[in-house]
Amino acid sequence: MRVTGKIHSFESFGTVDGPGIRFVVFLQGCPLRCLYCHNPDSRPLAGGKEMSAEEVANEALKYRAYFGDKGGVTVSGGEPLVQLDFLIELFTLLKREGVHTCLDTSGICFREEDARYEELARVTDLVLLDIKHADEEAHRALTGGSGLAPRAFTQFLSDRGVPMWIRHVLVPDITDDDEALARLRAFLNILNTVEKVEVLPYHSMGEVKYEKLGLDYPLHGTLPPTQERVLNAQRILTGKTTV
Amino acid sequence: MEAWRAFQSGKWSNGEIDVRDFIQHNYTPYEGDGAFLVPATDATKALWEQVLALSKAERERGGVYDADTDIISRVNSHKAGYFNRDFEKIVGLQTDKPFKRALMPFGGLRMAEEALTMYGYEASDRVKDIFAFRKTHNDGVYDVYTPEMRCARRAHILTGLPDTYGRGRIVGDYRRVALYGVDYLIRKKEEDKAILDGTMSPEKIRDREELSEQIKALRALKEMAAEYGFDISVPAENAKQAVQWLYFGYLAAVKDQNGAAMSIGRNTTFLDIYIQRDLDEGTLTEIEAQELIDHFVMKLRVVKFMRTKEYNELFSGDPTWVTESIGGMGLDGRTLVTKSSFRILHTLINLGPAPEPNLTVLWSKQLPANFKRFCADISIKTSAIQYESDDLMRPELGDDYCIACCVSAMRVGKDMQFFGARANLAKCLLYAINGGRDEIVKDRETGLPLQVSPKFEPVSGDGPLDFDDVLVKYDAMMTWLAKLYVNTLNVIHYMHDKYCYEALEMALHDTSVRRFFATGIAGLSCAADSLSAIKYAKVYPVRDEYGIVTDFRIEGDYPKYGNNDDRVDELAVWLLKTFMNKIKSHTTYRDSIATTSILTITSNVVYGKNTGNTPDGRRAGEPLAPGANPMHGRDSNGALASLESVAKLPYEYSRDGISNTFSITPHSLGKDNEGQTANLVGMLDGYMGNGGHHLNVNVFNRETLLDAQAHPEKYPQLTIRVSGYAVNFIKLTRQQQDDVIARTIHESM
Repeated sequence: MRVTGKIHSFESFGTVDGPGIRFVVFLQGCPLRCLYCHNPDSRPLAGGKEMSAEEVANEALKYRAYFGDKGGVTVSGGEPLVQLDFLIELFTLLKREGVHTCLDTSGICFREEDARYEELARVTDLVLLDIKHADEEAHRALTGGSGLAPRAFTQFLSDRGVPMWIRHVLVPDITDDDEALARLRAFLNILNTVEKVEVLPYHSMGEVKYEKLGLDYPLHGTLPPTQERVLNAQRILTGKTTV
Repeated sequence: MEAWRAFQSGKWSNGEIDVRDFIQHNYTPYEGDGAFLVPATDATKALWEQVLALSKAERERGGVYDADTDIISRVNSHKAGYFNRDFEKIVGLQTDKPFKRALMPFGGLRMAEEALTMYGYEASDRVKDIFAFRKTHNDGVYDVYTPEMRCARRAHILTGLPDTYGRGRIVGDYRRVALYGVDYLIRKKEEDKAILDGTMSPEKIRDREELSEQIKALRALKEMAAEYGFDISVPAENAKQAVQWLYFGYLAAVKDQNGAAMSIGRNTTFLDIYIQRDLDEGTLTEIEAQELIDHFVMKLRVVKFMRTKEYNELFSGDPTWVTESIGGMGLDGRTLVTKSSFRILHTLINLGPAPEPNLTVLWSKQLPANFKRFCADISIKTSAIQYESDDLMRPELGDDYCIACCVSAMRVGKDMQFFGARANLAKCLLYAINGGRDEIVKDRETGLPLQVSPKFEPVSGDGPLDFDDVLVKYDAMMTWLAKLYVNTLNVIHYMHDKYCYEALEMALHDTSVRRFFATGIAGLSCAADSLSAIKYAKVYPVRDEYGIVTDFRIEGDYPKYGNNDDRVDELAVWLLKTFMNKIKSHTTYRDSIATTSILTITSNVVYGKNTGNTPDGRRAGEPLAPGANPMHGRDSNGALASLESVAKLPYEYSRDGISNTFSITPHSLGKDNEGQTANLVGMLDGYMGNGGHHLNVNVFNRETLLDAQAHPEKYPQLTIRVSGYAVNFIKLTRQQQDDVIARTIHESM
């Protein structure tokens, strides 16, 4: 079956979305509306460039010489799980070529009863997951969606032995409450495959994109967190005391 | 011999001059890390403070601190000069005082006089008297130039030609001075001359004359060293002498010639043998070893020439291209990296970053992992290193070649080249469209657009331009340009040999030297994108009152070079192959081997100024991209896609080098120093593994450049790599700074 995906864009030199040098495929479309989203142009489900999984895999393989022993391909978005069939086919093709596969997701689309996720788990080497917020209400306020599916997805991945890097975007007043961070840590403690927890300080560089799209920037005026708060979040989430 | 104690003998010590053989028998490969390195000594710091103070004073005086107006620079023309004799471990200056620029009129008196006048000096009457009777290279060239050559030069389709200045790019094997001593070198040249007997053909007469000049230059070299109290007629006996002897060889070259690029070769592995021997004998400490290298490098940092402001505008700041090639792999599989490869890169930490010497790492996938990481780390900290693919060059040139200037590879002491600047292929495309009439320059007599080439059939009609029609016309125009270009260079190099021969540098080459005819291409990416626009979009010509197409209206989008898209990248490859094949079809001066480079130095700005609107949408006067870089702002698939487009250009058609300048923010390179270092190593391995030849690596934020533009005093040593070399950012003109700031800095969020 020839599955096509809707591609937002490629980044041939991804260095922050997974280990090593990565070819990053940004897929079009995301059901969430996170306040700090820095790719608002990738949110609409319509649009993007139609390409087959094979075409995208071939594009990625052009950069194989750069992957070394750590790098590979990361699929980000948008929300990649929106295009689950495409995602599975792409990762299957890449695994066949021996390429490391990494999924950058919110987990929002996950449904336990959907058997395709078993297949996804088999062809995914690493999942980058932003849990957004530990508290359901706050999660809804921040993203417009429930946090139940994302948490279920982490549990699912943990049970299947799929490694995870948990990423937490630290936004002053919204996601840097000490108690909520501690609750997030407590949740992570019950997972078995969390390899790394990263604190990503919020930045306002996405604001220009909102301006270009004629959208209001929901976090207008919000400043990046102080170094002190970043260290604090790191201490709570990872136990590390330095950046 | 005492000087050669503890060295393993070989061909090098049995009557042949063979520095490579000496290295192979005696060097110690090093696979460890940089933990052994030591900081600058107090003497080093004091000297460097002095250099910084003089540099500041030089800037305050408008770019020249002091200039000689009376002594014509020759190998042995000046009394000894010093910074501070008590501190300097390695001595020797171009004139009798630091930062005093020498008077070097043999390339062209007018250029030398103009340069002096611009900075408020005047050549003495004595100098004027002498040159009233002495013809220069520049005089010779203009005696012979045809009207067509003058025309092409005036219209800037050929630009930067070395017809008013020294051609440079010739690298003497300065190691020979240290290893053999000058007397032996003289004896070998005398033997070579004795063989050249029999029928005196013009070639033989010239060879004999050149050998005589070489021998005289070697004698002058001994006198120059004697002025500093050293007898270099004999081989160097220890590391300090080896560095000093070698430097004297180089110093003699820069006193004899103000060539555009005065590169120094591939010396650290050679010097490491002496340093290692002294360390083993207990006569040298690591601190002293680093101090020798620091002081050597300091001398290379202050090499200066008196040049006109236009020249500096063309080349950005004050470059001398003291290129030193470091590392690489040996043919036997051992790495040529030694501890001294680390020591010389460590000068960027001990003395801070600087554009000179132009530190060039010969990169191989097989280099020791520790060395790769070390290089990447220094790159990230200083943006002062360039990388060239040893894996691409070694099969062709062996393991004792060096880089001259930016990207020109030659075997040390065995190859030389006739530097040929470059032809503007973007402008050539406009000539194809306009039948050889210039889109900017007017005929001085008629006031009409200048007909530069013979009359060709221009494109007709209102468009859109027909790709096949343009291609045929472009091919014909390149045929004309290649022929004119080769002939112009033939004239230039004939005259340079005749009136400005590099006797000292050639004395440090084998007598039977291989010669390259090094042409160059500018505007490759602009021309490729223009062809792509004509092919994949609709491009309508817009004509001026003379019927010249001076602008283009573009409908639709087209694939752009820099996105790893074969549709346009193949057009760039076609351009290179086509032009190179045309160059190769002509007779070159002294049977030299035709090569080409895709390298613009920073003259991409000046070339752009002289090129009208192009079919890719670039506006008249806007800079072309440097070297083989994509036009800035046109790549949308990230850094590697941009690298991959360049890597497709076949090195076998561009043996003189393919320059690519890459800038990235630290954040985009990775999250922390470890990740950044690993990713930069991975990037270099990937790029060169896929056939990339050269990469300048800059790691900085645009904000740093903007701040340096506003507050230059805060950034006296801010170094950035531009196109095969590095510059001191604050020495650039405002326009060049703006160009650098506007270029693509790869950034991800």
